Amino acid sequence: MELLVLLVTPVMLLGAWISGGMLERRHLKSLLLLESGSSGVLAITIEDLPPDWHVESCELVMGNVVISQDYFKRVAASIKSIFGGNIGVLEPLLERARREALIRMKGVAHARGYDTIINVRIETATLASSRGNGKGTAGVEILAFGTAISLSNGRGAKV
Amino acid sequence: MIISNTQEVPGKTIVEFFGLVSGSTVRAKHIGKDIMASLKNVVGGELTGYTELLSEARGEAIRRMSHQAEDVGANAIVNVRFATSSVAQGAAELFAYGTAVTVE
Repeated sequence: MELLVLLVTPVMLLGAWISGGMLERRHLKSLLLLESGSSGVLAITIEDLPPDWHVESCELVMGNVVISQDYFKRVAASIKSIFGGNIGVLEPLLERARREALIRMKGVAHARGYDTIINVRIETATLASSRGNGKGTAGVEILAFGTAISLSNGRGAKV
Repeated sequence: MIISNTQEVPGKTIVEFFGLVSGSTVRAKHIGKDIMASLKNVVGGELTGYTELLSEARGEAIRRMSHQAEDVGANAIVNVRFATSSVAQGAAELFAYGTAVTVE
């Protein structure tokens, strides 16, 4: 049993390192592509609109994503957290998730015929470990939401 | 029902307040999806099962909140907020709340 654990752990770490890195690069590539496609929708965090914007209709739109870190990076992060400081390996995960959630929210707004989202908020929630043994987390959920509006006279030249 | 997370409904004026309305739901996926998610957890990436779970649950919470607002006679909910908590392993509570109002 001990021997099995000794053998399995490095294999899992190596596998997670290779495939996790591959998945991350692939995701970043797809994010760039999607972000260039969703640039038509403007997302702003303010809710007071310029006086010359005449709103026709509005609707709540959301985008969410649950994302998890690979095993290798979780181990790396737990070692790093002994010494404290910036946990660099965890940062790209959250950045990717936030970008993905924003793209999804913009996609929903675009599909429903809106071109502006106001009062955008981004929330983060950690989900409990699915195995229940407290080792790491099953995932982080990022939710982006805001009020999509359509303007009768367009956004004008100001934006 | 107009739902918005802004203080007012853009382009309309609030004429009557009805107070707080809320909706919540606790959901879990079946064990198969949990096992898939724990496997996916090794290599990292999106846990699609959980993304679906949470967006379905949030939709349900919003529906319940809307029903409550309809019952009191409101036609819009403003300043909507969400809260998420994981109550048990693989289950999550989604809570949506806002202020029911009548707009013109």
